[in-house]
This record gives sequence, structure tokens and C-alpha cells, in this order.
Amino acid sequence: MIEMQDVWKEYPNGTQALNGISVRIQKGEFVYIVGPSGAGKSTFIKLMYREERPTRGHIFINGFNIEKLKDRKIPFLRRTIGVVFQDFKLLPKLTAAENVAFALEVIGAPPKYIRKRVREVLEQVGLEDKMNMYPHQLSGGEQQRVAVARSLANNPAVVIADEPTGNLDPETSWDVMRLFQRINDLGTTIVMATHNREIVNTMRKRVIAIENGVIVRDEEKGYYGYDD
Amino acid sequence: MTRWLRHVREGCKNVVRNGWMSFAALSAVIVTLAVLGFSLILTFNVQQMSNSVTGQLEFSAFLNVNASEKQGEQVAQEIRALPGVASVQVISKNEGLQQMKRELGQELSDVLNAFKQNPLPIQIVVKPQDPHQIDRLAKEVSEIPGVAAVRDPHKLASSIFRTLAVVRDIGIVFVVGLVITSMFLISNTIRMTIFHRRREIEIMKLVGATNWFIRWPFIIEGMIIGLIGSVIPVALLVYGYRSLYVKAKGVFSGLAFPLVQASQIEVKLAVILITMGLLIGMWGGVITVRRFLRV
Repeated sequence: MIEMQDVWKEYPNGTQALNGISVRIQKGEFVYIVGPSGAGKSTFIKLMYREERPTRGHIFINGFNIEKLKDRKIPFLRRTIGVVFQDFKLLPKLTAAENVAFALEVIGAPPKYIRKRVREVLEQVGLEDKMNMYPHQLSGGEQQRVAVARSLANNPAVVIADEPTGNLDPETSWDVMRLFQRINDLGTTIVMATHNREIVNTMRKRVIAIENGVIVRDEEKGYYGYDD
Repeated sequence: MTRWLRHVREGCKNVVRNGWMSFAALSAVIVTLAVLGFSLILTFNVQQMSNSVTGQLEFSAFLNVNASEKQGEQVAQEIRALPGVASVQVISKNEGLQQMKRELGQELSDVLNAFKQNPLPIQIVVKPQDPHQIDRLAKEVSEIPGVAAVRDPHKLASSIFRTLAVVRDIGIVFVVGLVITSMFLISNTIRMTIFHRRREIEIMKLVGATNWFIRWPFIIEGMIIGLIGSVIPVALLVYGYRSLYVKAKGVFSGLAFPLVQASQIEVKLAVILITMGLLIGMWGGVITVRRFLRV
């Protein structure tokens, strides 16, 4: 499903972000990526959706060989991955439904399918009654749920979330986490970078800790393990 | 199909959203294509002149105004005796007058009636066997006593050609400079759009829109500017040339070089300018997208 073999990443400015990472994530897993800021979590995530290219090593995602993936084929890799960010990345001038539809329109899905699918995913995140509201009319948690709905629109095999609860208060964070749990229950792989100790320690999953660009810990039902 | 509708719709939106920038780019395209169109009209006419002159492989010798018909016949005999002459045709004073009246048309021919005597000299039209010999023959004819002047359409034409060629070259330099300016302005306009839409572009990339899907609206934005920017000068030039053609007809019809018919020029002009407009816009779009979109 997701496999990295001895992956190194050095940025053009000389920063050594990853120093030999090997990891395998099976279909249907729920994995937390933890570690101090600047340890390489973001790079690890960006390599998965080919926002960055490894300096060395092999990466396989959903059957794509990242090394050999031509630039113009990247979109087809990304259609198998849903991405959720800390800052939601919604378009402010589009309603919730339009934001979700946008993701389907730009990959050329037929309009009829789009209408049906938008309703489905918005129901899945529990926002069907707010589908015609604009982002500024929604709470932070609701906005993040719209973003999750958008990431699901394309039926991805994997959802990658980079600090999805970073901008949310604790209660809302739990709502969003329960949503991720439901998505995972339906068989979608979840890879989540997070700083939220309470969540990691309560909703126990596989924990991969990255420090100074290497994996220092990889445990099933692990703990957050940092004091910050 | 839906996809193309979307691209065109987005492209239109971009043009409107960048109101002033689009307007500046549009103005540049209009000026560029107007100058180009003007140069083209000139070129078409020069070409037609050049063709008509090549067909006129003959020259005229004029006798003194008071030379008699008999003298005219005599000179004609002498010319016939020269080597390399294919045919000699004498146009008498009277024939010359009739011909001129015909060419000037009804209104202007009245001017000629003001003369008490026929002011025209006898004209002898000489056709050489070999077109290349025309200059030598013209010189020999001019040395025959009784011949006052020789008019060689070639010489007249080549001096006109030289002047027009210079004008045309200046036009080309202008057009090249203006094309670059237009593309630069179009590019700037599109860059603004990309800046406004960077969040949308970012999301499009994340959810797996293909690079061409992201590029097309920007290229179409350029093409819309190019299209509008070409239709306006085409309309202006066609209108202008038609008026000129109608006005000029009476005056120029007697000359060896009539203007190219308006209907002939219009289609060519429209096709060339609109194609150019679209290409300028498209190219402006392509270079901008390559530089600033990194997709």
C-alpha cells in the first residue's frame, strides 16, 4: 500500500530532512506520525503525495512507483489520495457543496455524478444541512469536515492529514477525530501527522515517531511520548 | 465538452476580473494588429503593382507635341528597323485624347475640353522581343531624332517599389516591437490572474487536476484578449480601406496601378490578423503558465 525503502531527502538549501526512512503501511491502517517540529514529519507526508521528490530511496504509493512517476502523471497518483490540512484550504467564495464539487470538476467528473457524490460525502461528514453555506458561515470544525468531505470525494485509498486538529479547540478536535475513525472503519487508510498528545494517547493507533529525519519508534497502539 | 465550456467560462471570468490589466493588454494588441494590418494592405498593393508591371513589357516613346502624323509614321518605321523589336503601335494625337477621356471618366474629361488644341503628343508603344532588352531598346529609341521622351514604366515602378519597401520594412520593425509588447502585457495580466487564483491552483493540484486542465483557462484568457484585439482592427481597417477604395477609384483608375479590390483584401486581412491575435494571446498564455504556474 505505502512503502518507503531507505528514503533520504536533502533540500536544495542543504537541510537534511530525512536520513534513511523505511516503513510499510498496509491498507486500512490508521497511523499517527509524531515528533518534534522540524523533525521531518512534513517532508515525510509531502513525499507521499509527491509534493517533494526523495533525494534517494524507493517509494511506492497505491501501486505507483514514485521514482519513475513522470511529472504529468502526478495528478493520477493524487486522485488515489485525499489530503487534509491544518488550515482547511477551502475556497472562501464557494459554498461547502461547491468546494467539494470543485475537487470533482477539476478532474473532469460528469456533472450528474458530481451532484450525487457531493451529497454523499457531505452526508458522510454530517453536513448535508449546511451544504449551501459559505466557509465563513461555518465553525472551524465544520470547515475541517468540509475539507475532509472534499478529500473523500474521489474515493481515495489513503487520506493523508497534516495536523488536522491543529486549529481546532479540543471538543471540535474530537468530532473531527471520530469522523476520521468512521472513515477508517470503512477501509480507508489514514496517515496523520499530529502534535495532539491527548488524542494520540486516547485513540490508540500505530505511532511512528520521527526525530532528526529518522524513525526512532514504530509501535502498534503506541503513545505520543513527548512532553510538549 | 463540459470541460471546454468550463475552460472558456473560467477564461472569460479571468479577463473580466482583471479589468484594467486586460484593457491595457487589449489596447496593445489592437495597436499591434492595426499596424500589422496597415502594412499588409500596403504589401498586397505593392505585390499587385509588381505583378501588373511585370506584365507590361512595353514602353512608350513620345514625339514633340507639334510633330505631324507623317513624322510619327516615319519614327515608327525607324523603330521597327531596330533589332529586337516585336511590335510598334502608333497612337495618334486624337486616339490619345479619346483614351485619356475614357480613363478620366465623364466629370474630369471636361477639363480636356478647355484646350483649344489637342495638347497630347503622338505616342509610340514599343514592345521588345526579349523583356530583358527593354532598357537597351528604350535608350536607342530615345536617341532617334524627333523623339522627345521615353517613358519606361519599369523605372517609375522600381522607384515606387523602393520607397514602399522601406515603408514596409519600418512597418515590420514596428510590428515585431509591438508584438513583443503585447505579449508582455498579456503575460502580465495572466500573471495577475495566477496570483489571484493561487489558492485554487494549489487545491486543483492537490486533488489531481491534470496540468493541462490547470493551464487551459489561462491560455484561453490570453486568446480572448487576442481575439477581441484582432476583431477590432479588422473592422476598422476593412471599413477604412473600403472608403479609400471607393474614393480612390475615380482618381486612380487611369493609372497603371489600381488598388487591390476591397473584397479581395478583406478576407486575407481578417484571416491573418485574427490568427495573429489568437497566436499572440495563446503564446502570451503559454509562456506565463510555464514561468509562473510550474505545472
